[in-house]
Amino acid sequence: MARNVTNQRKLINTVAAWAVGLLIFFPILWTILTSFKTEATAIADPPVFLFFDWTLDNYRVVQERSDYMRFLWNSVIIAGGSTFLGILVAVPAAWSMAFVPSARTKDILLWMLSTKMLPAVGVLYPIYLIFIKMGLLDSRVGLTIVLMLINLPIIIWMLYTYFREIPGEILEAARMDGASLKEEILYVLTPMAIPGIASTVLLNIILAWNEAFWTLNLTAANAAPLTAFIASYSSPEGLFYAKLSAASTMAIAPILILGWFSQKQLVRGLTFGAVK
Amino acid sequence: MATKASRSAARLMMAPAVVLLLGWMLVPLCMTLYFSFKKYLPLRGGDLGWVGFDNYVRFFSSSAFWPSVQATLVIVGGVLAITVVFGILLAILLDQPMWGQGIVRILVIAPFFVMPTVSALVWKNMFMDPVNGLFAHLWKFFGATPVEWLSQASMTSLIIIVAWQWLPFATLILLTAIQSLDSEQLEAAEMDGAPALSRFGYITLPHLSRAITVVVLIQTIFLLSIFAEIFVTTQGSFGTRTLTYLVYQRVLESQNVGLGSAGGIFAVILANIIAIFLMRIVGKNLDA
Repeated sequence: MARNVTNQRKLINTVAAWAVGLLIFFPILWTILTSFKTEATAIADPPVFLFFDWTLDNYRVVQERSDYMRFLWNSVIIAGGSTFLGILVAVPAAWSMAFVPSARTKDILLWMLSTKMLPAVGVLYPIYLIFIKMGLLDSRVGLTIVLMLINLPIIIWMLYTYFREIPGEILEAARMDGASLKEEILYVLTPMAIPGIASTVLLNIILAWNEAFWTLNLTAANAAPLTAFIASYSSPEGLFYAKLSAASTMAIAPILILGWFSQKQLVRGLTFGAVK
Repeated sequence: MATKASRSAARLMMAPAVVLLLGWMLVPLCMTLYFSFKKYLPLRGGDLGWVGFDNYVRFFSSSAFWPSVQATLVIVGGVLAITVVFGILLAILLDQPMWGQGIVRILVIAPFFVMPTVSALVWKNMFMDPVNGLFAHLWKFFGATPVEWLSQASMTSLIIIVAWQWLPFATLILLTAIQSLDSEQLEAAEMDGAPALSRFGYITLPHLSRAITVVVLIQTIFLLSIFAEIFVTTQGSFGTRTLTYLVYQRVLESQNVGLGSAGGIFAVILANIIAIFLMRIVGKNLDA
């Protein structure tokens, strides 16, 4: 039977784990706290933790200075769009690999993952040129396509893993009962596939939201998402801690919340079910 | 079960993904290969003709090449070592019975969702700044001279920043693996008087090997190409110029596309050497 865990041991575990957890979370906490300080309080020596006059000024200034909403909107469109397109392409591919596997399925899967190993910097200039030729530079469409392509292997792998877990016996049973192909797909497979597709969507949005290499290099004023918005604060005139913190909080808040909701799927999704 | 019809349907369904990825891989790569044999300076005369392997030789023999390979490997290796070791310790800790486990988990995984540009900027300014950073305050509190992190300990700083971002990922995956460990086996070993360290070495660690493989694989894929962290912190100075960053500087900053492309091909080769190695391991794990 279960080990007899004394309350004392549980208390020690709790204290240790909370200490480590808070330590790891601290940079985020500190950023959020600082975003509510005045610039003077933000660099006070010794640092001020909780007892200061809270202010929303920084958020107002950040919004006025660089139109946060436009960057946010770009992030939403690009992350959402690339995920939608990716799913559209990946579902049929993963589906067929999971349900009609051939001798080459594994090779194809590995090859797809290997495109992820292609260093982005090695192909940056060609993409840059193609984008100029096609008028896609600094456009949401262009960035959406690139992010869809770089995350496609991961999406296919994730979906493949989820689909493969749908037991074949259920399909057989449905067929025995005289279900047509349409019924089979609509009433048997789809309900079982939807949770997997949903987690894949969540994770892909997170990946696309945080992607920085392509967004920094292929966008300027028009299509820049939040990753680029925040990079503008690395310039010396952006070096105000409270405003930097407000901008950072605004950039990470949406995805942090989404991430917490999808944390359970994260493991299965990102490890392709290899770890259980 | 698979009929001829379903096979061709399957091919049809896979076609878009395969064609897109093939195009994504081949078209730019061929262009990079093409440029790498040319003297190509977009702002200084454009395409100045074929130069054969000149760019490769120049890139390879430039004084920046080997340090950049070294920087790449140090960052990848350092981050992997930290995240795997601390990930295992943290996973074991989080697996223990405690109050508020769910909340601690949320705290621990949060850094994974922070975009790299934000995390690099926050660390650089609010922690590692030699005047106003929290670390400087901490050092002064103990009477020590504040460290100029990003210039004096640039590599360490970068590894700290990147490891902080990836530790949650490693922890989460290792935790999942630990939770699937048969606790009866551990208890039996405990009853037989096996000390904690050998229980860990003979039962827990082998059980985690597969999870560790996955962590190493996924992280390597992403770490080989870290960019934003360097971009907003050191801009490649103080010995933090990775191969990726060196190529980026050649292509975009000095607008020497030919030279940068040759470097890009080197980066592709390096990534592939590591990839082949990793793929073998994953390929094996796929069967089981």
